[in-house]
Amino acid sequence: MKLLKLVRDDTNIDFLRWRVWAFAISLLLMAASVGLVATKGLNFGVDFIGGQMIRATFTQSATAPVTELRETVGSLGYGDPTIQRFGAENQVSIRMKLPEGADKNPELANAMAEKITSSLKAGHPDVRIDGVDSVSGKVSEELFSKGVLALLAAMAGVSIYIWFRFEWQFGVGAIWSLVHDVTLTFGLFALTGWEFDLNIIAALLTIIGYSLNDTVVIYDRIRENLMKFRKMEMASLLNLSVNETLSRTVMTSVSISLPLIVLVLFGPDVIFGFSMAMAFGIVVGTYSSIYQASPILIWLKVGSHSFVPTDEVTGSKAERIGADFGAQP
Amino acid sequence: MLDFPRWRIWMLNIVLIVGMAFAIPSLLPSQMRAQLAQFVPTPTINLGLDLAGGSHILLEADTSQLSEARLEALEDSVRTAMRRANPQIAIADVSRSEGQLSFNVTDMSKVDAAREVILPIISNATGTRDWNIGVNNGNRIILSPASSGDETALDQAMDTAKDVIDRRINALGTLEPTIIRQGENRIVVQVPGLDDPEALKALIGKTAKLEFKLVDEQADPDQTAQGKARVGSQVLPYPDNPTGLPYIAVRRLGGISGDKLVKADPTFDPQTNEPAVTIQFDSEGGQRFARMTQQNVNKLFAIVLDGQVISAPQIREPIFGGVSQISGNFTTESANALSISLRSGALPVDLTIVEERSVGPDLGADSIRRGVLAAVIGTTAILVLMFLVYGRFGMYANIALVINILMILGVMGVANATLTLPGIAGFVLTIGAAVDANVLINERIREELKRGRRVVQAIEFGYKEASRAIFDANSTNVIAAVLLFIFGSGPIRGFAVVLMIGIVTSVFTAVTITRMWVSLWVKRTRPTELTI
Repeated sequence: MKLLKLVRDDTNIDFLRWRVWAFAISLLLMAASVGLVATKGLNFGVDFIGGQMIRATFTQSATAPVTELRETVGSLGYGDPTIQRFGAENQVSIRMKLPEGADKNPELANAMAEKITSSLKAGHPDVRIDGVDSVSGKVSEELFSKGVLALLAAMAGVSIYIWFRFEWQFGVGAIWSLVHDVTLTFGLFALTGWEFDLNIIAALLTIIGYSLNDTVVIYDRIRENLMKFRKMEMASLLNLSVNETLSRTVMTSVSISLPLIVLVLFGPDVIFGFSMAMAFGIVVGTYSSIYQASPILIWLKVGSHSFVPTDEVTGSKAERIGADFGAQP
Repeated sequence: MLDFPRWRIWMLNIVLIVGMAFAIPSLLPSQMRAQLAQFVPTPTINLGLDLAGGSHILLEADTSQLSEARLEALEDSVRTAMRRANPQIAIADVSRSEGQLSFNVTDMSKVDAAREVILPIISNATGTRDWNIGVNNGNRIILSPASSGDETALDQAMDTAKDVIDRRINALGTLEPTIIRQGENRIVVQVPGLDDPEALKALIGKTAKLEFKLVDEQADPDQTAQGKARVGSQVLPYPDNPTGLPYIAVRRLGGISGDKLVKADPTFDPQTNEPAVTIQFDSEGGQRFARMTQQNVNKLFAIVLDGQVISAPQIREPIFGGVSQISGNFTTESANALSISLRSGALPVDLTIVEERSVGPDLGADSIRRGVLAAVIGTTAILVLMFLVYGRFGMYANIALVINILMILGVMGVANATLTLPGIAGFVLTIGAAVDANVLINERIREELKRGRRVVQAIEFGYKEASRAIFDANSTNVIAAVLLFIFGSGPIRGFAVVLMIGIVTSVFTAVTITRMWVSLWVKRTRPTELTI
């Protein structure tokens, strides 16, 4: 049986040649992301800023009457609503700030939800209320700080592990590429205005997990090659490692992208933003392992001196270097 | 590396079968599951509310009010104890402020005796003290809360509150609520399948503290309107007051509390035919109620619910037997709700709703349907790709992947874990990691073959060299999952749980199990060539 090959054997692409360019572009994109988040801001869901969100589907209409809703709900005296389509054209989410004093008296929040839903039902008999979320200011602050803390703790924790398992430069490279991936994802959400809620934090965590997985695989190969080819120049060694693992990188990225593409296309509307974030993260995570995590090792002066080969390794390697020698370009 | 003794093969197979067997109940339709449950235990995965539809309510206790209530109770016990002491100890100038209770012992020589009386009140069963006692200026006794006392009180109050809520929701009927304490002063109530939580909120939000107090009939209505009361009286809101004034003055002392009830039922007032609630006291409460009504015939008494007067009827005759009727401005629903609340007891603390989420069943069902569809299509695509790229070894990886999914479901079922949307993200990451492990192994075998190794040696090297990267990648995921579980809140924890379970099962299936199959194949066929 002839098997499918996604990547040709013996690729020898000079990935690292563009490292300065790639790094510059990444820095630019990161700066743009930070700028976007700072100026345009993230479209935080009620999870993180508190308030009330009502989700509704207009079952008999092709599109939801967003403009009209903005007026009717706005005229109820609770301030201007944020109304957004989500998923299908006839589904909307209506977000409101909680009325004054609702922290002390939840009846006020109830009354508001009741008023909005009944005004919706009065104007549109076909409306179906899909859910109501009310989050008080106190709880939303907690959710926010806990989410950020979890994110930072996970990033710091795994980087420390990499530092212990490899060398400190690898730890720096790992955390840098994680910061890179997370920042760009933030930028994507600021740019598109997709709602940023607790589920997106879960997506970010998945991105971190995936990106790190990718980085570890390449780092592992770099370490192996550093012990094997003690005299090779660093840039060529990185190129060799990336090329050797390229087939795996492509195969894994394609495999993991498949369910994500399906999720984006057919998955529940509620998790559209979430699926998009993950799909975006896979691309960015793969790129950052090659163009962020690896070149940093050159700039941090990693070399074969960083690893002292053990006897066991040299024993088996000595034989292999001989075997590999002919195969090297 | 490729050597598997027979006992190990047996053990691995048993683990596989048991792991997958636990997934069966979760995959069956609920009817079949119910039938199966008659013969064997059927541990099942719970679907989170975001998937199944339902209501989630987070309640927070007002702790300051709890200490106020404790202080009030302490004052009551101290006053009673001093009165009952033999000889009686006179106290004066009682004040409660800044969480402390202080009073003067009128007769200086009785300070020590007063101390003796107080000690049993402020000591608890474990031998520590709930209150610290101090004496100022020779005769002023000060009781201040010991910190452990406050914590224990809160802890007990929250436990009681949880039980009360449980009883109240169960009284509503067929719901299957999950009620758990969270942190120091919070309770989470989750009710699957309930998309309109109004009735539920009305029921659990009420403290339902019932009191009977004598109306201060000498009170000056003008003073009452301004919220001022005579010494020994207090002004309470009374929205349905027939006089039109929404306040009424009641006597502080001489009332009784309605916590000693054995029954509370909705009924109709025989005279007006309006909805009402009948209550029945236990024997002690009944005697106290009889005494109170006997001593105050023809006077008005106020029925106070959560600090608000709901009606103030006249006592026409002493009521013996402990049965009484509460009328007020009730509807059938509110009479029913009140009787449920009274039956299940008062909440020891006021609870406020700080977070509420409800998901309609249609949206939830849609999420599940499309989520499952996406999962099936996505997984199938991976399986096809793996087979096309790695042939036989891809097939091994595929079977391992399917088993892995079943085992995650199985372990989640046994742990009674909840699957949420973020949990699905965890699933995707886990499947990715499992596929990646096999990709790493197979790619490495390819490389080793290319380097001219013989088949068996290449396979051995492939597993050995790839293991290092697999180990590091999974360790980092474990670290991340543990940290997320520690620092994250609800949904993030759901993600972390799936990730932790998934890492263990995916390393087991993707590495150990495929290696076993490969080794059996190698032993059987002694391959000299390998297409991979």
